[in-house]
Amino acid sequence: MSANRMINTEKRRNCICTLILIALVLGICGYLEANKYSYSYAISIIERSMVYAVVAVSMNLVNGFTGLFSLGQAGFMALGAYVTAIFTIPVNQRASVYYISGIHPAIANAQLPVIVALILGGLVAAGVAALIGFPVLRLKSDYLAIATLGFAEIIRACIAAPQFDTITNGSYGLKSIPGFTNIFQPLALSAICIGLMVLLINSSYGRMFKAVREDEIAAEAMGINLFKTKELSFVISSFFAGVSGGMLAMFMRSIDSKTFQVALTYDILLIVVIGGIGSVTGSVIGAFIVTAGREILRFFDEPLFIGSFEVPLFRPGFRMVIFSILLMIVVLFYRKGLMGTNEFSWNGIFAFFKNPGKKKSKKMEGKA
Amino acid sequence: MSLTTFLQQCLTGISLGGAYALIAIGYTMVYGILRLINFAHGDIFMMAGYFMIFAMASLPWFIALPVVLIVTTVLGVGIERVAYKPLRSAPRMSVMISAIGVSYLLQNLATYLFTALPMGYPEIPVLKKVFKLGGLSASFVTFLTPVLTIILVYLLMTLIQHTKMGMAMRAVSKDYETASLMGIDINRTISMTFAIGSLLAAVGSILYFTDRMTVFPFSGSLPGMKCFVAAVFGGIGSIPGAVVGGFLIGIGETALVAAGHSTFSDAFTFVILIVILLVRPTGLFGEKTTNKV
Repeated sequence: MSANRMINTEKRRNCICTLILIALVLGICGYLEANKYSYSYAISIIERSMVYAVVAVSMNLVNGFTGLFSLGQAGFMALGAYVTAIFTIPVNQRASVYYISGIHPAIANAQLPVIVALILGGLVAAGVAALIGFPVLRLKSDYLAIATLGFAEIIRACIAAPQFDTITNGSYGLKSIPGFTNIFQPLALSAICIGLMVLLINSSYGRMFKAVREDEIAAEAMGINLFKTKELSFVISSFFAGVSGGMLAMFMRSIDSKTFQVALTYDILLIVVIGGIGSVTGSVIGAFIVTAGREILRFFDEPLFIGSFEVPLFRPGFRMVIFSILLMIVVLFYRKGLMGTNEFSWNGIFAFFKNPGKKKSKKMEGKA
Repeated sequence: MSLTTFLQQCLTGISLGGAYALIAIGYTMVYGILRLINFAHGDIFMMAGYFMIFAMASLPWFIALPVVLIVTTVLGVGIERVAYKPLRSAPRMSVMISAIGVSYLLQNLATYLFTALPMGYPEIPVLKKVFKLGGLSASFVTFLTPVLTIILVYLLMTLIQHTKMGMAMRAVSKDYETASLMGIDINRTISMTFAIGSLLAAVGSILYFTDRMTVFPFSGSLPGMKCFVAAVFGGIGSIPGAVVGGFLIGIGETALVAAGHSTFSDAFTFVILIVILLVRPTGLFGEKTTNKV
């Protein structure tokens, strides 16, 4: 009886904490939104973090939960971004966007609401992923990595190819993409996307993914269809990568094929590794830390003077060197990242406060 | 297309392929021993380009060449010591992420030290001398590359087949644990593999950049990936395979550029990769492996 009651009080406590956290996040966002002119820098960092959080969780779904080392994220983001951009650029501005080679008549007047365009972008990315998945998912770990990386490059080459100039505007890129109207829009979008992925991971499908990750042969022996499971995980992950690509396009307002180079995939991989491969909350926290950290470390790029003495190392590019050294330290010495495969939980935090000494990361969780 | 143009293109392709082959050997040897795609290999190749620029700035070319080869070899072995050795017993994904991390670090370091703008590659007068052969005209380096590649590969094959170190390498790549039980110093063998791979990458870099004339921090990443594809094409772990793959990819790419599809010449490599993985996953000369439970 008493044990039961304890669990109940714990549940109630956790519920209250979650509500407080949500209220806090909404309050902070509301405050930022109300004073958006003085906090525009902070808002842009938070919005970018939210976009990266979605794609990081989607990468984690494939890499962390299904154990497929896929590096194609940037390609799927590119598809989502271009589809979203093509269908949301206001019709009357299209002539000025496609001023070089004109616009293909089929898309000249096609305009969709933002949400529909985002979903369409995700669906296109998922469709391409389904096609790519047939050959690629039969490959083993490192071959899969290089093949997906290759496909991302092929997608990028096609986008930049002069043959598609009237659709993608080739190497000139697309601009005048309508941005987020307020900070709640990316907040809601990323919360919905991540929420859906969490539901998937906790469902029986999620357990199938984990079974495949742990041991393919054992999973197959248990009656799991390996190929179908991998394909499902790959396609769903690509869908969300596409959606987040669309969100990135909305955040950046202008995109071109160079935005989606391999470096973008590496950035996202960095987020996933720092957060912990196999932890959703880890990826979300990682997205915020990496994006904010990159801005905070910006002073490394400025010349630094102590008195009249100029410290020699500080000049443009130093920030990224520091950043990559940090990444190497995480990879070599803290292989599990911030969260390992654990998820954020109130019980964990309260246990930490009752019994300090055991390291545990906290906060920031509900923001996405 | 006239016969002369055709032959000229063939020559360019073979020359490019020779440089690719030298880099691909580095991939195939490391993969054969560590089962790791050394993502940083392309960036080692890029760094060798920068070393050459700085060495040539103050030294005559016949001293600069060996200096560049030695420094690049030290870099390759150093990377293995720092980034891969601590992860010997870690899951493969961790090692691969570490390799990506090193590649990221080298690119950022190069951007920081040498700026992102392309830097002019120094000309070695001997290599740049223009030769005429019938209607063909090309610099000496274009003729030299394939010949040098074949010679180096022959030497490497002799090393692997007939020396103690080569035998140790073969043993380690066959079975890591048994080899160490037989008294083979695993770490030394692996370091040696990285040394040879980086040395060949440095040679390849000199041949490649003499033709291209500029180096920038990302000039290693795409050739790196292409050479990995070349290694897969030939059958990973097989040195003759890597050479054949390198030549084929070099020629194929040049043919596509000559036909006017230069936008797709990079994509072509990956199409080859996917086709070969589907049709013959072990590559041309690769050994079959069986899945053990």
